[in-house]
Parts: sequence; structure tokens; C-alpha cells
Amino acid sequence: MRHLSKSDKSTLIIVAALALLAPFILNPFPEGSALAQFNAGYPDLMQRFAIFGILAIGFNILFGLTGYLSFGHAAFLGVGSYSAVWMFKLLSMNIVPAIILSVIVAGVFSLLIGFICLRRSGIYFSILTLMFAQMSYSLAYSVLTPLTNGETGLQVYNDDPQYLMGPNSPTVTNLFGLEMRSTFTLDLGPWAFQFNFGYYVCAFFLLLAFYIAIRIFRSPFGLMLRAIKTNQTRLNYTGLNSRPYTLAAFVISGMYAGLAGGLMASMDPLAGAERMYWTASGEIVLMTILGGVGTLLGPVLGAGFIKYFENIFSKINETVLHGWFAFLPDGLNDAIVWVLHFFVGKGWHLTLGLLFMLIVIFLPGGLMEGWTRIRNKFRGGKDDGEAPSPTAATTPAE
Amino acid sequence: MDAILLQILNGLDKGSAYALIALGLTLIFGTLGVVNFAHGALFMLGSFCAVALSKIFNISKITIDPDKVDFLGNPLKVKTPYVIEWFGESTGAAIIDWSVPLAILFAIPVMLLVGYVMERGLIKHFYKRPHADQILVTFGLAIVIQEIIKAAFGANPIPTPAPDVFRGSYDFGVLLGMEANAVIYPFWRLIYFAFSTVIIASVFAFLQFTTFGMVVRAGMADRETVGLLGINIDKRFTFMFGIAAAVAGLAGVMYTPINSPNYHMGMDFLVLSFVVVVVGGMGSLPGAVLAGFLLGVLESFASMNEVKGFFEALYLPSIDQIIIYLVAIIILLARPRGLMGRAGVMEE
Repeated sequence: MRHLSKSDKSTLIIVAALALLAPFILNPFPEGSALAQFNAGYPDLMQRFAIFGILAIGFNILFGLTGYLSFGHAAFLGVGSYSAVWMFKLLSMNIVPAIILSVIVAGVFSLLIGFICLRRSGIYFSILTLMFAQMSYSLAYSVLTPLTNGETGLQVYNDDPQYLMGPNSPTVTNLFGLEMRSTFTLDLGPWAFQFNFGYYVCAFFLLLAFYIAIRIFRSPFGLMLRAIKTNQTRLNYTGLNSRPYTLAAFVISGMYAGLAGGLMASMDPLAGAERMYWTASGEIVLMTILGGVGTLLGPVLGAGFIKYFENIFSKINETVLHGWFAFLPDGLNDAIVWVLHFFVGKGWHLTLGLLFMLIVIFLPGGLMEGWTRIRNKFRGGKDDGEAPSPTAATTPAE
Repeated sequence: MDAILLQILNGLDKGSAYALIALGLTLIFGTLGVVNFAHGALFMLGSFCAVALSKIFNISKITIDPDKVDFLGNPLKVKTPYVIEWFGESTGAAIIDWSVPLAILFAIPVMLLVGYVMERGLIKHFYKRPHADQILVTFGLAIVIQEIIKAAFGANPIPTPAPDVFRGSYDFGVLLGMEANAVIYPFWRLIYFAFSTVIIASVFAFLQFTTFGMVVRAGMADRETVGLLGINIDKRFTFMFGIAAAVAGLAGVMYTPINSPNYHMGMDFLVLSFVVVVVGGMGSLPGAVLAGFLLGVLESFASMNEVKGFFEALYLPSIDQIIIYLVAIIILLARPRGLMGRAGVMEE
């Protein structure tokens, strides 16, 4: 920890505090109140925050530092999930071997894909990764059915071998006997705070991932990756071969995705091909861009933001909207609800798409850049160098 | 022999769709240097032009027939489409029947307009931004278009049949002197192939034999010099974007009878069209067309039972789903610029 600079240390502490206290922070409204639907403090959603946070941090190491826009990151997520479920099927429901294997397999897989894709850069690289992800999807969906169980998805059955399964081992995913789904509910007056063991496992990995990301960002290796983003041609002319560095970044971010996939399977032991579909890759890109490319905190924020609103917006329907605007005269109420109902509930993706376009057009640095801009307005133009300027943040490898 | 011919025919209609979309993608990339991730959405929009037109033709006037009652005993409501009322029984019914071909006329101006608005309103502002931003913004646009269509038409596929005359199959084998019923092929797919050939030929002819096309080709080769010669190349490139959008839209219109349009059909085609573009060689128009047909035919051959059996005999899984990707990877490793790509274009 002492290698970290002061600001990095405080960022890490903030993230740690947020992760630790998430059950409180995400549950600010008492049960039964009208605002309770904005609560997000339930285990399932909190786990997703942490898992997608890891995914976005990993993606950011590739895209944020080297500028290589991969459109196929979901493939590694899927590979990680499949290998974790295979560990559950073959050994036992302990998550440790599952997560280790999913990281390793995703690493090997990304080494293979990266070796081919990284021969090209810019648009070509994006298309190639997209192509590979789509191929992995087809493989998982149909060709490799014995390995992936095709359309049904891979899951654990009673007649699986599970060689390490003792007579009284738990039959749900666990960490040496501690079950992932075990939840302790703390009732404080009208509030019910849920502390889920699985979530804390995810949060631990999130912190670990975040710490490693900080170290990479501040290392000579990270500096080299930034140099690739800034001007690869120049780097080549100084006699440095940039490919090993980009490949390393690609493999690291693939392993992050594998870890996320393994965790996903650990929370819910099944894996399906749709996790590898290219819209899933698009979602990872969305999270990172929304939060802020090339910043440390941005991707975590973006992942949390998207997952939170995905959940909340999907719950809002026309009745809820009518309730909100009940104070308006009838005609106006109906008109507003009619307009808004396209954007909530099933229309959440429309909101997401519009938001994403607006961010790319007006705020290429994402939420983090917006935050820096607002802060600078109040402080009078002081920049501490954490959030890069928009031009630097979006220059890709050409 | 007849099996091979049948597979080639099978591949041609899908290949035509790939070729048309890839042609548009390449036109946009070659002129404006932008990779349009929303191109699949334009294909889908074209399909929905046909759906919308057939819905418009079916807007009906409801009259109550006092003489008849329905099974509940209420007076029977008789729906008469306005088209039938205005043009008479036979003409009106024919118009409804021919709604898909008629949608071509409807789709061309709509898609030209959509392309124009897209280029002027959005993509114009991204020429000086990095490629990653161009990809991202068009990807966002694709999501938005897709969701708007979903909100307007619902999430389920909407079957839109071809005109009655073309609904049957054609005994293609007899034409080539084979015995009857050896090679039977749906009419509409043959028409789709013929139609796409005409479109591709006219795009090439337009670029090759008109002054406008000559200027565009010059601009593709060296944009700056053409600009220095006092030609407003931006205006022409915008028009080319419109044409590319219209080509994708027409591919979509004619594809509706083959595959009932749903809101995410564009995304499914887009990825394969990218593969086609990359295999054909980025920026090469003939390459895009050639690779489109090639990969379409290849895909249909891989799904032949004989080929599947061959792989099964070797204890390998059948590869019909991924053959396109495998071929693309091999081509890219062996010849990174693609089949017909110019040396140096996007090679590094």
C-alpha cells in the first residue's frame, strides 16, 4: 500500500469504504415508503455492481490505456463463466478452483485472440475482436454443444461427478463451507439492510482488481501503454516493439473479464451463450465510456450507474408515472406520461442509447470529465491531472 | 450436381444481402473514412419501410353491416381497406398484394433522407474525432434506431409476404436440362438475387459512367486534391452516404418476404457484413461484392448434410455456424489486406 501516492490511496480508501458500506448506502429509503423502489441494496444487484465493476476496470486497462477498442470482451466473460461451471461440475461447489480456472482459461483464450487481432489496430482491431466474439458465441451456441450445452446453457446437475464433493459438502456455491447466498438481514426500524456473503466476496475481488489497476496505471508498464495510445508510430521509430505491451494489456484485461465471468457463475452457477453475444460486449464499452475512459474510478462508476438504472428504470411503468405526475391536470399528466413511457420499463435501452450518444458527442471523457468540469467551475480551473483532458482521453492507436 | 447447384442457389440470396450491405459499408468507408456501425440498422429500417407500407395499405374503414351478425349476435363489422374503396376491388387488392415491391419506391426517398440527415446531423461532426468515437457514436445510433422501431412496431417478427405470383417455387433444374423436381427453388429468392445484381450493377455503373461518379471516385483516391480543384466534394460524399443508406434499405425491403423483419435483424447482419468487408478488403467495392457472394455460398455449402457427415466421420463438430469466421481468419492471416484490398489501405 505504501507504494501508492496520496491521491491514489484516498481513491482506494473511498472505493473500499463504498464497497464495504454498500448495503447501507444503497438502501437509503425505508421499506414500504414511496421511494423504496429506488433502493438497490439487495444482494443480487449489489453483486452485479461489483462484478461489472471488475469487468469495466479490466476493459479500461485495454481501452483506456492503449486506446485499442475491443468489441469482443464479452467472449472472455463467457469463457470464464463456462470454465467456472465446469469446475463446479467436476470438483465441488467451492468457488476457489472455479475462479482460478476461469481466470487462467480466459487468459489463455485472450492470448490466442490477442495474438491474431493485435496484428492490426484502429477500426480493424475493433472489427476483428467483434468477429472473434461472435465466433465464440456461435461456437458456444451450437458447435461446441458437448462442452457448453448449447441453447440450454451449462448448469450443474445431480449426476455430475463432483470428485471433491464430501458427504456433507454444501450443494450450493460456497467458499470452504460459507454459502454465497447466505444473507444476514439487519432490521433497523423501518430499514432492512442485507449483508450478503457472496456480495462481500465480489467486493473483495473488486478491491483487489482496483488495486492492481492502480498499480498498472502508475507503473512503467502503464506508461508504455499510454505511449502506445498517444503515438504508436513514434514509439516504433524509437526502436520499441509495442506489440508485447499491447498483448500483455489485452491478456490482463481478458483475465479481468474471466474473473468477472467466474464470479458471475459463482453467484449463480449457470452459464449461457448469450453472455458472449456482441451486445454484451457493447454493454461493457458503454459502461467504460459512460464512467470515463482512462480514469481509475470512471469504469466502476459507469458499471454501477448502468446496472442501477437498468434495474430501476425497468421497474417503472405507466402506473408509477401516473402516480408521480398526479398533481398535474389530467391532459398534461397523460401527455407527459405518454412521452416518458417510451423511456422507462421496456424502453430502458432507448434511454441508454440516447444517453450513450449524448455522452460520446458532448462529454467524451464520461461522468468523470463532467465531474472535473463542474469542480473546476467552482475551484476556478484547477486541474489535478487525474481526469485527462478530452482530447488526450480519446486519441486512439492509429 | 443438382445438390451442388441447389446449395449455390441457397447461398446466393443470403450472399446478395451480405453483398448489398457490405457494398454500402464500403462506400461509406471509402468516401468518408467512417465505419458505420449503424448500417445494419439501416438495413432493418428498409425492412420496416416495407412493413409500414403494407400496414398503411391495410388501414381499413370499418362499416357496420346491419344484415349480418357475428357469433355473439352483434352487428357484423366489415373492414374495407381504403385502398380497395378508392381504387376498386381488383386494383386495390393488387396494390395490397404487391406492397413489398411497391415499398421499393417508398423506401428510396425515405432511406436517402435518413442517410442525408444522419450524415449532416451527426456523422459530419465526427470526421475529426478519433475512429473509436465514430464507432461508438454509430453504435449508439444503432441502438437508438433499433429501440425506436421496437417501440413503434413491437418486438415480434412481422411476416410480410411477397406478392401471390411469386409465392411458389420454380423448377430451376428443368431450365438446365435436368429432370423435373431436381432443383426447386423459391421464386422470391431468385428475384432477390436478380434484384441485388441490378442494384450492384447500377451502383457500379453510376460510379463508372457518370461525371458525378467520376468525381466521387477521384475523391476516394485523393480527397484533398479534388477539393483543391474547386469541387465541393463534401456535398457529393453526403449524397453517396444517402445512396449507401438506400442500398442497405432496398436490401432490407426485398428481404422481408424471406425473413420476417424484427427489430434486431440489422445487428445480426451487421457483424457478418463486417466480416465480408474485411475479407473483401477494406475500401474495395468489387471486393465487398465478391466476398459477400463467396461467403454466402460457402455458408450454405457448410450446412450441407454431406459436409456435416464428413465432419462427423472425423469426430469433429459441424462447422456450418462458424465457417465464415474461420475462412475470414485464415484469409486475414494469409493476406491481411483482404481479397481485393489495395496495398497499404488499413494494413497497419
